[in-house]
Amino acid sequence: MLRTLALSLLLAIGLGGAAAAQSLEELVAALPDGGYDDRAKIVRAIAATGDPRAIGILEALSEGDIQQLKSDNSVVRVQKGGAGYLIFDPVTGESRGDVKRRDADKVKVNNGLRREIAAVLGAMTLMSDDPNKRLEAAVTAFSTADPEQIGALDAAIEAETVDKVKKALRDARAASIMKSGASLEEKQEALDRLVGRGDRDALSIITAATQDKDPAVAKAAAEAQEKVERIRAMWSNAQNVWYGLSLGSVLMLAAIGLAISFGVMGVINMAHGELVMLGAYATYMVQEVIRNSAPHLFDYSLLIALPIAFCLSGGVGVAIERGVCRWLYGRPLETLLATWGVSLILQQTVRSIFGPTNKEVGNPSWMSGAFDIGQLSVTYNRLWIFVFALVVFGLLLLILKKTPIGLQMRAVTQNRRMADAMGVKTGWVDAMTFGLGAGIAGLAGVALSQIDNVSPNLGQGYIVDSFMVVVFGGVGNLWGALAGAFTLGVVNKFLEPYAGAVLAKVLVLVFIILFIQRRPRGLFALRGRAVEN
Amino acid sequence: MILRALDLKSQIFLAITLIVAALVPVLNLYVPESSAFHVSSFAVALFGKYLTYALLAISVDLIWGFCGILSLGHGAFFALGGYAMGMHLMREIGDRGVYANPLLPDFMVFLNWKELPWFWHGFDMFWFACLMVVLVPGALAFVFGWFAFRSRVTGVYFSIITQAMTYALLLAFFRNDMGFGGNNGLTDFKDVLGYDLQSDTTRAGLFALSALALAGGFLICRLVVTSRLGKVLVSIRDAESRTRFLGYRVEGYKLFVFTLSAMLAGVAGALYVPQVGIINPGEFSPANSIEIVIWVAVGGRGLLVGAVVGAIIVNAAKTLLTGWVPEIWLFALGAIFIFVTLFLPKGVLGGLSAFVDLIGAKTKSKSEAKGPSSTAPQLAE
Amino acid sequence: MTVSTADTMLYLNGVSVAFDGFKAINELSLVLEEGEMRAVVGPNGAGKTTMMDIITGKTRPDKGEVIFAGNVDLTKHDEAGIARMGVGRKFQKPTVFETHTVEDNLLLSLKGSRGVFDLLFARRTKAEQARIDELLDLIRLGDRRSEKAAALSHGQKQWLEIGMLLAQDPKVLLVDEPAAGMTDAETMQTAELLRQVAGEHTVMVVEHDMDFVRALGVKVTVLHEGSVLAEGSLDHVSSNPKVIDVYLGR
Ligand SMILES: Nc1ncnc2c1ncn2[C@@H]1O[C@H](COP(=O)(O)OP(=O)(O)O)[C@@H](O)[C@H]1O
Ligand SMILES: [Mg+2]
Repeated sequence: MLRTLALSLLLAIGLGGAAAAQSLEELVAALPDGGYDDRAKIVRAIAATGDPRAIGILEALSEGDIQQLKSDNSVVRVQKGGAGYLIFDPVTGESRGDVKRRDADKVKVNNGLRREIAAVLGAMTLMSDDPNKRLEAAVTAFSTADPEQIGALDAAIEAETVDKVKKALRDARAASIMKSGASLEEKQEALDRLVGRGDRDALSIITAATQDKDPAVAKAAAEAQEKVERIRAMWSNAQNVWYGLSLGSVLMLAAIGLAISFGVMGVINMAHGELVMLGAYATYMVQEVIRNSAPHLFDYSLLIALPIAFCLSGGVGVAIERGVCRWLYGRPLETLLATWGVSLILQQTVRSIFGPTNKEVGNPSWMSGAFDIGQLSVTYNRLWIFVFALVVFGLLLLILKKTPIGLQMRAVTQNRRMADAMGVKTGWVDAMTFGLGAGIAGLAGVALSQIDNVSPNLGQGYIVDSFMVVVFGGVGNLWGALAGAFTLGVVNKFLEPYAGAVLAKVLVLVFIILFIQRRPRGLFALRGRAVEN
Repeated sequence: MILRALDLKSQIFLAITLIVAALVPVLNLYVPESSAFHVSSFAVALFGKYLTYALLAISVDLIWGFCGILSLGHGAFFALGGYAMGMHLMREIGDRGVYANPLLPDFMVFLNWKELPWFWHGFDMFWFACLMVVLVPGALAFVFGWFAFRSRVTGVYFSIITQAMTYALLLAFFRNDMGFGGNNGLTDFKDVLGYDLQSDTTRAGLFALSALALAGGFLICRLVVTSRLGKVLVSIRDAESRTRFLGYRVEGYKLFVFTLSAMLAGVAGALYVPQVGIINPGEFSPANSIEIVIWVAVGGRGLLVGAVVGAIIVNAAKTLLTGWVPEIWLFALGAIFIFVTLFLPKGVLGGLSAFVDLIGAKTKSKSEAKGPSSTAPQLAE
Repeated sequence: MTVSTADTMLYLNGVSVAFDGFKAINELSLVLEEGEMRAVVGPNGAGKTTMMDIITGKTRPDKGEVIFAGNVDLTKHDEAGIARMGVGRKFQKPTVFETHTVEDNLLLSLKGSRGVFDLLFARRTKAEQARIDELLDLIRLGDRRSEKAAALSHGQKQWLEIGMLLAQDPKVLLVDEPAAGMTDAETMQTAELLRQVAGEHTVMVVEHDMDFVRALGVKVTVLHEGSVLAEGSLDHVSSNPKVIDVYLGR
């Protein structure tokens, strides 16, 4: 109620009291009279009634749908239809039949009047009872930044109770001030406000203001511009770091299983990417089953898929180790080739069963959407994958540090012969290690199914990258894989804006190739004779 | 020295290659199609392609079989050689392209380029292109190898970074800005040195040239591996640090063979491109380079002839199978990888000659004079 | 130490090296005169092999001097360079080129040019052949000259490796546990062989086998935890209580 009052007051000022006391009906009937200036006065008067029906009338007027019938000079709202127009009472909206087109004259509006209408409409929605509508109006007011609306904004700010809307209104006011002929102090205040907002729209308003006729304002705007640019650069760095960490977490998931088997056995498992792919397909199958038989479980599909993917990929991993790698120990190059063969077979198997096309894997509700922190936008799926990667890493660390099998794995990593001599069943440890690495590949597949296309080629896309992570981080060291993945992820994302995605990747590869020259064993290399020979 | 390099097996191999080089074109061009001895133009093109693969395989065997360097990026050198030749063929199209621009290849006109990029200059001259065919892969291999070998990057580490190298090139060549035709690569060639690339005569000529290049590459490799240098290479393969402590700077030798091998691969690529009529970034794909290695493994590493046999067997199988049931090919290739590494470590030829030696030893005929098995390269000086 | 480096063949002073904080060699100082043969003994892990790694350029010392032939700072050179200067080394684990013939093993070890292109065009000269024959006699492998080295027995491989060392005609020979894995008779033959070559070369032998050391009959250095514990004749050091402690105390 307070709001309506404020609005009436506000509009009444512009009205000069002339038509103040008339009813809505009378005002509408008076619309065709006089010239555009008179019409503008009536428009303000209509708005000043505070009548909710006024909005519809003014919109119709702006569209050219308010017309005057030649027969009785009455004012109607028209809508195309029938032989010519369907006509309605403009205020009550009740139907009055139809007329031919030439039986009605438009109540003319020119661009000036249209602007006027838009402004009063804006002011009216600013006073709407629905906070969402008000927010929307404030955002529009910000982008039009019309100095004319300052009064309306002031009134709205005064009346506003919701903080968020109030803030938006103040921003809109500041934007409008910048375009008005306000004083330097006022503009300075507005600039500070815009700097605080610090987004691209604010920047463009500030940039426009650097051309202000008043040199003092222009100078203040230039300073503000610099500030905003600094803030924006900071946020964009933060965004890049986040993208980099996100990419890093994906790389780490893909690489960490590899790091384990490479570290413990010194063999390169070229089928690792395909084990990741199997994990993604396991997710797909789980979701298919859920869709068909228990749709309400869909939000749990990933949780259900995790153990299944782990077992599937892990099982295949153990089979690869027992069936192929075991026979090739001490011949790492041959192992590499044989596992490459395995990868081809796995790929083709999946292609034969599921077809070569991408499979649809959905995001559960908690994995979709995004939220903002300042100017940073974070999608939930990336966030969860990041968290998941860290959890997997932590679990793996625990397994290696605290369990007997972990102890044995570390023993074999450091000195296979010695471990063998001490009674560690190296064959069994190898199978378990390989299985563990493969199982983690499966887990990675579940995560990747959320952000990448699930197709038989999924694994191929990661294999070179994961090797780079392992080689860069240093073999046989989980922390190396962690550091390697995140470094490469962040470096990649920071290069992208300058070099483009492809060239950034090329540069990273070249960087790693050069890096290996300096530290042939990676960042966190184990040292020792057993490793060297 | 040449005589030393040519033991009986090598002589037989060279003789066969030279006969093929002469005979196939004759059978294609001068024997009427109705005759049973006629070789179709399709077959000429296909086998011509195999011959370039065989040369590529030899180049890989030179470093892997004899020096233990497993390069999983040799496809890159092949492709670079191919691109060098492709650039010449592009320039030779001249104003007969779709856009009839006398200087710029079609794709550059399409991208609205106004000038020829600097690295395209000179490729209008055939001799220059030929030089680049060996120099560019050679230079890349030299620089790459210099860094890698000096820092003693060996074994699987080396293999992995060669994969990264070819992957980086793949990505780079996909970019339009690189100036190599991006995704589509270089194609629509018209002729080479004035000979129409579509004509049977030119194709037969390219076939003969490929066979000669194979013979030449084989000879060069034989000369290297039968020299004292070749013995050092094998020493490096078998006991690198022992070799070092005997006063050999291992990196120098590796660098030499690696560069030589890359140049041979470049030549193979240069012969490949006019025969298939296209070169695109796909040739840089990491998977391609791994496949080359399996050709060598199938034939038998460290034998040179084995690489040739392997390249032909695997590629013939590929042609047959993909024509027959395409899905089977990857299964088959995967199975070949596994089978060969597990059960046939010496490859088809190695296995065969071990088998022959076994029979020989059983029959006890002059086994004393002949010496031990000939599965490893014969290195008599 | 106040030894002048001019008349020494190998001079180590205050050498230390640590691996991940573990001091494998600790302030080690050692002097070998020209033509001298020295036996180095010490328990496992004493740093004997690491010392050889340092001399031959495989491992860079963290600090200390390693001077060869009076004036060459070995820490500035790589393995191949040091080998060419005349430091030959036999590994603890016998390492020969298994797929080469015995003769080729020696051929490749002969002193001579190591340039890539020289080797590409190298031909076997009469002098080289004569030297190979001589060495084959010395290491008693004349009748197995054209067999692959892989076919040799363990002891024969050790000899072949010593032969390869001699083929380099080195000024200093570093021999790491030559008698390991040999029969008693072979051990004695090996000691004999080393004594034979001693005069012309400076030799450092690392060995556990006390009988072998006794058979060499030379000055002994005892290494323990990366530094010299005692030095002198075998009888002298073996009566040293510290040495007894180290050997029997563990
Ligand atoms: N490259 C290396 N990295 C880590 N530790 C090493 C390395 N080389 C030697 N060591 C350590 O130094 C110590 C000395 O070893 P070594 O010289 O082989 O002893 P010895 O030959 O006297 O038995 C051992 O504890 C060994 O583990
Ligand atoms: Mg030792």
